Amino acid sequence: MHLIRIALASLANRRFTALLTVFAIALSVCLLLAVERVRTEARASFASTISGTDLIVGARSGSVNLLLYSVFRIGNATNNIRWDSFETLARHPQVKWAIPLSLGDSHRGYRVLGTDTGYFEHYRYGRDQALQLAQGKPFADLFDVVLGAEVAEALKYKLGDRIVLAHGVATVSLTQHDDKPFTVVGVLARTGTPVDRTLHISLEGMEALHVDWQNGMPARGNAKVSADQARALDLQPKAITAALLGLKSKIATFAIQRQVNEYRGEPLLAILPGVALQELWSLMGTAEKALFVVSLFVVLTGLIGMLTAILTSLNERRREMAILRSVGARPWHIAGLLVLEALVLAMAGAALGLGLLYGGIAASQGWVQAQYGLYLPLALPSAYEWSLLGGILSAALLMGAVPAWRAYRQSLADGLSIRL
Amino acid sequence: MSQALIELTDLGFAWPGQAELLDIPTFTLQRGESLFLKGPSGSGKTTLLGLLGGVQKPGRGRLSLLGQELAQMSSGARDRFRVDHTGYIFQQFNLLPFLSVRENVELPCRFSRSRAQRASERHGSIDGAAAQLLEHLGLKAELLERRADSLSIGQQQRVAAARALIGQPELVIADEPTSALDHDAREAFLQLLFAECRAAGASLLFVSHDQSLSPLFDRSVSLAELNRAAKPVEV
Repeated sequence: MHLIRIALASLANRRFTALLTVFAIALSVCLLLAVERVRTEARASFASTISGTDLIVGARSGSVNLLLYSVFRIGNATNNIRWDSFETLARHPQVKWAIPLSLGDSHRGYRVLGTDTGYFEHYRYGRDQALQLAQGKPFADLFDVVLGAEVAEALKYKLGDRIVLAHGVATVSLTQHDDKPFTVVGVLARTGTPVDRTLHISLEGMEALHVDWQNGMPARGNAKVSADQARALDLQPKAITAALLGLKSKIATFAIQRQVNEYRGEPLLAILPGVALQELWSLMGTAEKALFVVSLFVVLTGLIGMLTAILTSLNERRREMAILRSVGARPWHIAGLLVLEALVLAMAGAALGLGLLYGGIAASQGWVQAQYGLYLPLALPSAYEWSLLGGILSAALLMGAVPAWRAYRQSLADGLSIRL
Repeated sequence: MSQALIELTDLGFAWPGQAELLDIPTFTLQRGESLFLKGPSGSGKTTLLGLLGGVQKPGRGRLSLLGQELAQMSSGARDRFRVDHTGYIFQQFNLLPFLSVRENVELPCRFSRSRAQRASERHGSIDGAAAQLLEHLGLKAELLERRADSLSIGQQQRVAAARALIGQPELVIADEPTSALDHDAREAFLQLLFAECRAAGASLLFVSHDQSLSPLFDRSVSLAELNRAAKPVEV
């Protein structure tokens, strides 16, 4: 229709303010969509940190705490599980597989996990994805280590490198296990989970590191056990930090959980990873919602900027309105012109915002994945994102009604007289 | 059907809460006639044009255009009636600066089907009508697609005249269209306007305070004399 042509030409005539307005809306739309996309992906990637595991068992503490140290490698266990308790669990008729986890050492800020080869076989993340070795093989020797993708990349380790683990989990550790260096035999493919930031050794290797330790202190002088001597010793661990259980039947999950929690040998706690993840996410949910609300307000600010730009233009455009009236435009044409203008600005803003979003994702995709383990898909807007865009356009339409109403009144009052 | 294009009888108008601004016992404009209406500021000129344009409604009396009583129409119908039958030329800055010359001239055809139809019937197409009118008014064809505000004031007024005339409205109302032009350009512009009005068979209602132009018209009337409510203004 001809009104659109007039609205576009009139906007083009005020292109500087129009462009600024479009840009402000575009930035706010881009921010909102980016926040939403990161939020959605973060939640999805968070929920898929661990899958396929039916129960996580640790010493009795809080479920979030257990999840944090066993899966996210954050914080420390309050207590250990005796090896015989683990064996009892592993032998349970309903248990298909059990993976022991032993934590407590680190290497240059990255956690060291002592486990067995079942870990590479049964551990799942994402949509039931198994761990893949990018290079090399799982650990076989006592002093073999398999690196997570990020560890290998950040510290530039390759197969065959010999590394020294540190006692404790501080980034700068004073006590090094420098008498028993480990050899890199494998590097895992990237998972986007805490596995990337972990060094994996065998439980026996973990035991060997501490075999000569007494009262939490390294041995001195003759009490020292060299790496070669350690090989001859019985390295069966006496305790582990936590265990992952896979069950034969999901239906048994709650029954086993109860049995673990009521285990008489020592106080244990079994958690369902999904439930605990939910619990943990809900802790962060407030911040996440706050982020969403903030970006909504930024969009609102962008739209108010548009409203201001249109409203301030109204006075200087009285002549334009009077001319249009003289050639037959009715007051509702004038109002329609202004609503159209708001809609054009908002649509251009939304389109540019989408462009910025996709440009931004394309540019930062690799970096975000490397830094945060977050995969941002370059996918078409989801139904939810379309509904956000629709909401923004409706809000713009609603706001366009304000200057439209004013112009309607103005053109009724001014009629054909041109006011300067 | 009477020959009168505009017929005012006993017309009165007052803005809400104000004294009566217009009180015109009688006034007529014949078809094809060119009338000079001398209207100094304060004589109710703007209000009268508003009434003729159907933007305002008379408080009392009759106001008929082409035999139609404007006061009895709805405001939407008056808007439609205005564009169908009246072309306007204002003092200056008549054009939408961001549209091309051609688009400006064609504007009335966008809002009035009957003017679009008449323009196409007479000139083949709306574009043709615009081009021909502009040519008659002495504007070169290469100006057609130029932005309206790139033209000189004199050229712009001729574009405005073309816009008022396109689609052959029965009435052309010109409100001080020559005040921004110098003396020679003023007369040249008027001659063109007369010629085109005559060719289109339109009546011309020319409002100005510049008495020197009045001999060029068929008839000259002073609004101050016409309007009994006019404040005494020294000339």
